[in-house]
Amino acid sequence: MEILAALLGFVGGVLAGLFGVGGGILFVPTLVLVLGLTQIHAEATSLLAILPTVIVGTWRQHRYGNVDLRAGLLVGIGAIAGVEGGVQIAKALPEDTLRRLFAVLMLLVAASLAWRALRQKPAYASGDEQH
Amino acid sequence: MAALLLIIGVAAGVFSALFGVGGGVVIVPALVLAGIPTRSSTGTSLAAISLTAAAGAIAYSLHGDIKVGAAALLGIPGVFGVVGGVALQQRLAGRTLTLGFALVLTAVGIRLLV
Repeated sequence: MEILAALLGFVGGVLAGLFGVGGGILFVPTLVLVLGLTQIHAEATSLLAILPTVIVGTWRQHRYGNVDLRAGLLVGIGAIAGVEGGVQIAKALPEDTLRRLFAVLMLLVAASLAWRALRQKPAYASGDEQH
Repeated sequence: MAALLLIIGVAAGVFSALFGVGGGVVIVPALVLAGIPTRSSTGTSLAAISLTAAAGAIAYSLHGDIKVGAAALLGIPGVFGVVGGVALQQRLAGRTLTLGFALVLTAVGIRLLV
């Protein structure tokens, strides 16, 4: 089980590097299903596990010139302010309702991103479309 | 733009607290839709998540909810994974990256719905 958890930790890191997420989407279910933590312990532990991954990821991306530190700081400060609001909403609404709302939001965002990406021409297209 | 970035951050923080994730699932598409190139959005998102995750981890540690051994078991391999993931990302076109991310969101969204 420990080896499987470590392997999923590695995969979570790859996802973090590829897609700019923390890896928590993989870490939380791994901690619950593979290591048997409770949901609250998994969410807390996930945040600590994310930390070294995103710090090293930020450093690597910064070397490639892909980090806007000012924008990252502003979003991060806003996020810290939002955390308390999230806790209040989580306590006020049924968890199932919240989870489904979040799922629908993700599907809408995915459709919107895919639509944008498909509309633009590939950046590295071989030159058969030049007129 | 500064106000927009703060609003994106607040939304990401709310979702981060609700679902125990860093908030990148909200930050990356929001930055892309705000007109920032995909690769810069993912790099900037990691910087923002560093702050969110640190604040969250400190808050939870005060309640004694963190299992440090389990965090190390995932987090240390995660460091090697992210170095590989970032290197791999530089070779992919932005369009491929956006479509890949849309696919990840769709998979997670369906998983949360059922």
